[in-house]
Amino acid sequence: MRALTWHGKHNVQVDTVPDPKIVNPRDAIIKITATAICGSDLHLYDSMIPGMSNGDILGHEFMGIVEEVGPANTTLKPGDRVVVPFVIACGKCFFCDHKMPAACDNSNPAEKADASEVAYGYAMTGAFGYSHLTGGYAGGQAEYARVPYSDYGPIKIPDGVSDERVLFLSDIFPTGWMAAENAQIKPGDTVAIWGCGPVGLFAIKSAILMGAGRVIAIDHHPRRLELAKQNGAEVLNFHEVKVREALMEMTAGIGPDSCIDAVGMESHGFSPDNIIDAVKQETKILGTDRPHVLRETIMAVRKGGTVSVPGVYGGVADKWPIGAFMEKGLTLKTGQTHVQNYLPELLQLILDNKIDTTDLISHRLPLEQAAEGYKNFKINQNEWTKVVLLPH
Amino acid sequence: MSHDPLSTDAEVASPAFSDKDNVGGDYSASSIRAVMINRPRQELYDFWRDFSNLPLFMENVKAVEMLESGRSKWTIAGPGGKDVELVSDITEDVPGEKIAWTSSEDSDLDHEGWIAFKDNAFGRGTEVRVFISYDPPAGALGKVVAKVLQREPRVQARGELRRFKQLMETGEVSTSKAPDAAPRADRHF
Ligand SMILES: [Zn+2]
Ligand SMILES: [Zn+2]
Repeated sequence: MRALTWHGKHNVQVDTVPDPKIVNPRDAIIKITATAICGSDLHLYDSMIPGMSNGDILGHEFMGIVEEVGPANTTLKPGDRVVVPFVIACGKCFFCDHKMPAACDNSNPAEKADASEVAYGYAMTGAFGYSHLTGGYAGGQAEYARVPYSDYGPIKIPDGVSDERVLFLSDIFPTGWMAAENAQIKPGDTVAIWGCGPVGLFAIKSAILMGAGRVIAIDHHPRRLELAKQNGAEVLNFHEVKVREALMEMTAGIGPDSCIDAVGMESHGFSPDNIIDAVKQETKILGTDRPHVLRETIMAVRKGGTVSVPGVYGGVADKWPIGAFMEKGLTLKTGQTHVQNYLPELLQLILDNKIDTTDLISHRLPLEQAAEGYKNFKINQNEWTKVVLLPH
Repeated sequence: MSHDPLSTDAEVASPAFSDKDNVGGDYSASSIRAVMINRPRQELYDFWRDFSNLPLFMENVKAVEMLESGRSKWTIAGPGGKDVELVSDITEDVPGEKIAWTSSEDSDLDHEGWIAFKDNAFGRGTEVRVFISYDPPAGALGKVVAKVLQREPRVQARGELRRFKQLMETGEVSTSKAPDAAPRADRHF
């Protein structure tokens, strides 16, 4: 089959690789009809996350048609249309039992689990196409993918619903939704969201559905700010205003009730610490992250407020404003998305036309042009807001 | 159920708290490791007690044949592609709680080990602790080879307990390997 493979920093290409096969009893093979490039794929593209090997197949946002199932899979059958969560979870361990599939104990193969246990104090949960730290699973930017524990994760899609409307159930819609849920929004609250990329946009849509009175979105790309505005947010361009001062002004000195960092480690503010952190990042395997946005959320949020972090951080952070965090009495909620928990509810929102999931798609490319998609998604962030790849 | 062993006390004397490779035991390389498994204690005991199940999740164990009266014959992939034969005797067997074993004289490898099962006091499943100790084949050189191959006991115990947990909780051993290289994919209990 054809698949997008990683060959080092800023070097991805579509290669011919062996077809996946059923390996374990609960597996399924999915013929992929649509797959997306994610902002967190750019962390791999930029070699910010360690644990990639030459030839690894990328991609963790994908959907398709079930081609074949293993003997222990009783929920899926060939021909079913499914969206596959990027989190690989067994559905049987303590964490899956307690509705924390993104903390699944079993999906990282034993021979891969030691590396992340050393780095993070626990073995990371498996994920598709996201380095050998998360299990070394082949991803979905390909014609076919093997889906482990496929009787637990994938959600069936009714006929007549287009791929584009449901594809983002694989990651960015639940991720934006959980970001808003973690922000502990109460009706009428003011929510500030840093980053109007795909996750930030879904966080805006979700916060409004959850009853936020006011959503303030922060970015510097005009096209992304425009999308945020179309979705009901007031917008701030951080090239034009001092963000904290603007937020204080807008809220008459109180500050937003909740702040969401939908940017993560690659934030490009203009503070001097970013330069220091950037240098450190180049020199260490598990580099120091640039938590510029995280600092800003803590300084801006109101006393007793909540900071929610869906943005990906990979290493350690310097200059964490622990004094402000403690004195203001803040709550910080983070985590990889428990995708499986949200799928039935979010699919229903789509079917009921309560949310438009397609307005952020700027480009649709055949899989063969995936490398071009990565390059432009990286360097033309204003125009290339979301890229969907079509393998078939 | 009144005699069910419950664990609430931190067993600070456990060699698991030591950071050394050698954590007691009769032989030069030893390790202990604990894991919580979300399955009933008896089920885990029963599965392990039939040693012929062990190759399902033990990477280097190619086969185990159960012999008469607690004896079993193990074929283990040794360093340098040479198989090692081990004949093991069960030295302690408390149904549902503990199994201990040791190698007998006609083994290529001197080895002892035990596995213990306890109900978690807070309903989180079964606490499983495994201890293994052995003299690596070919003495010190064998240990160097074993280390290079990531087969030193600490790494080995960790991997094997992870796979045991995966198999018992999910019905399969997690793998991301390509199909022809994937371990034990064809066997399912
Ligand atoms: Zn993603
Ligand atoms: Zn699990």
